[in-house]
Amino acid sequence: MYTNDFDYYRADSVGEAVELLGDHDGAELVAGAHGLLPRMKTGDESPPALVDIGQLNGLDAIESSDGGSISVGALATHAEIADSEIVREHAAALADAASELGDPPVRNGGTIGGNLAHGDPRSDPPAALLALEGSLEVRGSDGERTIDAAELFEGPFETAVADDEIVTAVRIPTDDDAVSGYRKRRDPLSGYAMVGVGVWLRTDDETIEAARVAVTGATTTPARLSGVEDELEGSAVSEETITAAAAEAGTALDADAFVSDVQASAEYREHLLTIDTERALYDVLDVGQ
Amino acid sequence: MSDADASGASDGDGSGAFGAAIERGEDVPLLTGSGEYTDDISLRGTTHLAIRRSDHAHARIESIDTSDAEAMEGVLAVFTGEDVVESGVPNTIPTAWDLPGLVQPQYRMLATDKVRHEGTPVAAVVAETRHAASDALEHIHVEYEELEHVTDPVDAVERDVPPVHDEAEDNVAFDFELGDADATDEAFADADRVASVDLRQPRLIPNAMEPRAALADWEEATGKLRLWMTSQNPHLHRMLLSAGTLGLPENKIQVIAPEVGGGFGSKIYHYPDEAVTAWCSMQLGRPVKWQATRSESYLTDCHGRDHVTTGEIALDDDGTIRGVRVETHAGLGAQLSQFGTATPSYLYATVLSGQYTIPAIHCRVVGAFTNTTPVDAYRGAGRAEGIYVIERLVDVAARELEMDPAELRRRNLVPPDEFPYESAAALVYDSGEYERAMDLALEHVDYEELRERQRELRDEGRYIGIGIGSFIESAGLSPSGLAGDLGAQAGGWESSIVRFDSTGSVTVLAGTADQGQGHRTTYAQVAAEELGVSVDDVTVVEGDTDRIPQGMGTYGSRSASVGGGSIARGAREVREKARRIAAHQLETSVDDIEFDDGEFHVAGAPDRSLHIQTIAHEAYLGHDLPEGMDPGLEETNFYDPENFTYPFGTHVAVVEVEPETGEIEIERYVAVDDCGEIINPMIVEGQVHGGIAQGIGAALYEGAAYDDDGHLRTRRMDEYVVPHATQLPDFETDNTVTPSPHNPIGVKGVGESATIAAAPTIVSAVADALEPFGVDHLDMPITPESVWRATGGDN
Repeated sequence: MYTNDFDYYRADSVGEAVELLGDHDGAELVAGAHGLLPRMKTGDESPPALVDIGQLNGLDAIESSDGGSISVGALATHAEIADSEIVREHAAALADAASELGDPPVRNGGTIGGNLAHGDPRSDPPAALLALEGSLEVRGSDGERTIDAAELFEGPFETAVADDEIVTAVRIPTDDDAVSGYRKRRDPLSGYAMVGVGVWLRTDDETIEAARVAVTGATTTPARLSGVEDELEGSAVSEETITAAAAEAGTALDADAFVSDVQASAEYREHLLTIDTERALYDVLDVGQ
Repeated sequence: MSDADASGASDGDGSGAFGAAIERGEDVPLLTGSGEYTDDISLRGTTHLAIRRSDHAHARIESIDTSDAEAMEGVLAVFTGEDVVESGVPNTIPTAWDLPGLVQPQYRMLATDKVRHEGTPVAAVVAETRHAASDALEHIHVEYEELEHVTDPVDAVERDVPPVHDEAEDNVAFDFELGDADATDEAFADADRVASVDLRQPRLIPNAMEPRAALADWEEATGKLRLWMTSQNPHLHRMLLSAGTLGLPENKIQVIAPEVGGGFGSKIYHYPDEAVTAWCSMQLGRPVKWQATRSESYLTDCHGRDHVTTGEIALDDDGTIRGVRVETHAGLGAQLSQFGTATPSYLYATVLSGQYTIPAIHCRVVGAFTNTTPVDAYRGAGRAEGIYVIERLVDVAARELEMDPAELRRRNLVPPDEFPYESAAALVYDSGEYERAMDLALEHVDYEELRERQRELRDEGRYIGIGIGSFIESAGLSPSGLAGDLGAQAGGWESSIVRFDSTGSVTVLAGTADQGQGHRTTYAQVAAEELGVSVDDVTVVEGDTDRIPQGMGTYGSRSASVGGGSIARGAREVREKARRIAAHQLETSVDDIEFDDGEFHVAGAPDRSLHIQTIAHEAYLGHDLPEGMDPGLEETNFYDPENFTYPFGTHVAVVEVEPETGEIEIERYVAVDDCGEIINPMIVEGQVHGGIAQGIGAALYEGAAYDDDGHLRTRRMDEYVVPHATQLPDFETDNTVTPSPHNPIGVKGVGESATIAAAPTIVSAVADALEPFGVDHLDMPITPESVWRATGGDN
């Protein structure tokens, strides 16, 4: 299908983009346009105006800072993130998610800021961001603020990024004693995550000191799996712990949290979530299997 | 790769073109973007058509208000079904295949009374740009009275639902029988055992890469219509437009199929849309272009399959098949598309004997109207559905008999010395060495060893499955007389012109129409072989009714056998005329002239020779021809084959199924195809690759569904997938070669074989893997979830 009519503006600075968003009610930002444009073609969204920030300079840097965090510019592409040594070393879950996302054209065009602000519940980075407890730096007409991952995802295609705000960077805390990863089960139809599990664990050699586990794809909104986290924290690094924790995958979620579609029912997704949580834990922990 | 001895295929002498794996001449223009598709063509003053379609599955049209749309900027006109009626054109989309007792309801270009499926065209907007036309659609106000709908072919005839058409109160379009019911009942009574399977074959959406398109240019001054369109059969479209919808004389319609990006059957048919495009041009006197969106393709391209079936097979304890009985409900959709009646009846029931000697077969097909997109032939058409049934039955029977499924097949194969073989399903098979192909396929996978490995792995809790699909295909529907006896409203022949140009190049005008098959290459190989010239000297022209006098088109795996057969016959006529000229100029008798590699020479005197391209020049000079011979060197050929050809083969798949998640991994896929003589092994391999992909798609991924409101639930590419390359295994292909004895070049066709084979092969493999769970059949598409449920994972 064709998109409805829309006006197109190209911003030359973040400030100008904020202004344009303020001036045009209902306007949406695009950078790579890989999230929004397909939904405009299917009629799922019809913004009256697009503000293109894809050409802005200086928003794609990937840097580690002294304060124990890394910063990923909002316009960094998924391909750049997947290839980044800094991300691989300090935020492996995000590197995994970026490398699993879409296909090469999407990874080369799509940007992390747009992806997270778009809030597609089938996309990969949300589970990684939640598990890594990252945050978004945003700028709007009221200045700058930070949105924590836990506050970000409000519903399908709904995020805490306001209509006149622009994501400028993704900040992820680093921890040399932690490991992380993201495991994806691809929906054979769409290529999005049917189930995606992000895992972040801090361990000494024997005990899991802290755990953060999050899901995307299986649920209508990306979410933390607190049942799994509770079971992991303070437990020994062992196959038994993994099995027991994975069994809790669905417990903290509402019964209607799971997606049901042509390809997979909610019941089946819930089953897969247990399996994939277990496998995601094995991926990052040095035990068994 | 192949044990084909291609030189034996043709009695042409020489060039070695036939059988060579030469690269496709069409690829450079297609891959570099210079190929011209319908939407690439623009005429001065071209306007754009968009079609308003019904959102309802079944509703009465109460009113249509077009005034708001008409007032929009750029909109030239908005037309409704009443406008078409008032214009006085015949306005009838005809079926092309009659059956006894067939109910043929009216099928108009734009609906006037009711809409009968989601996507029914109700109004047409013509505007200066395609976006203006598209934007105007939502400003056409249509009021409907909604009616109860039905989308399932069994519900349609068995439940008390309002009829789709008043003419068919019970929604039965036809009730078709084939075979001997009494003999079959007797066979079942006498047999030691009976096995059965209930199965559904879901609707498939063709998904040609290029959605349908049309560009119409009506010239008032001459009364001529030029229509560029995505057509698999331009001459058939010309005839249907003339006799069915527009009423123009055929000689005032030129149908041009430029590059066409895939069809798989979907571009055979005469749909409302292209006729509306032409009609709008006739109203406005300006060129009108319509380009379907992918969403429109999903809603309006004829779907394939849609069967709900009970199959039974009767056998003796030693594995001898005694009889097969099949009853199926076939969904036809809301209207009868041209071959919508033939596909689930004759093209289906006649292949139920598969590769086997089955003494008694009976099949009943109930063709049902439903409030869905019309169903017609899709790659494999009818044969795919029928072979799927017999192959599932043989597997289920093997399980029942506790016999190896390869062994059960082997015991029942039609042996080579039984050909021509007359099956109990009314076909006469031309030739076949079924066991040779099956053995080769089993050899590729080390079948016995693989069974051993399967047993070992099962002990470890791993489940691999070995699937076998042995198939025949009836290709190149013919002869015309037989087709006519069965109800066809068109012939089964093909036509071509083979022409030497005066400087020695060759032009072949073919009545078929390529949509990716590579005719420009394979037909050149056929002609070059017969004429002893280089392939590069031959240019093949297709897809224009003003340039190619007659033709039937490309569908049903017919082009190589019927189209290629026609070209070979025409080329031989040309060669024989050239031989007579050579004899005359070399001053010897025709019988003394030998032909070798393009050169005519006097027997025993090789230096006294003339090249065929030199003779071509002489033929057009006309200075020195045999007495009474007309100048020129070309032949028009009409070829009406004496029978179908019967490609066959065996495919084997090895899968591993993970019961915990239901995931299916295809470890290996081996395809052994016998399509008779092979014109170009690379193109055959390509056809097999594409066919397997579509068969695997049907088995594991595809399957259109309607929701409770009668809306297509799988309406986009992220809801209905064509498998990606990453979801397909490496294909291991091989061939045996059993020439067709009645085809002039020994070919059988290969366009649909692999699609027919792959679906039952994959389902067979998954069911085999799940034997320890007591699963003997799963309906397509077999999703991981369906495996998980079948193995009791949800308990």
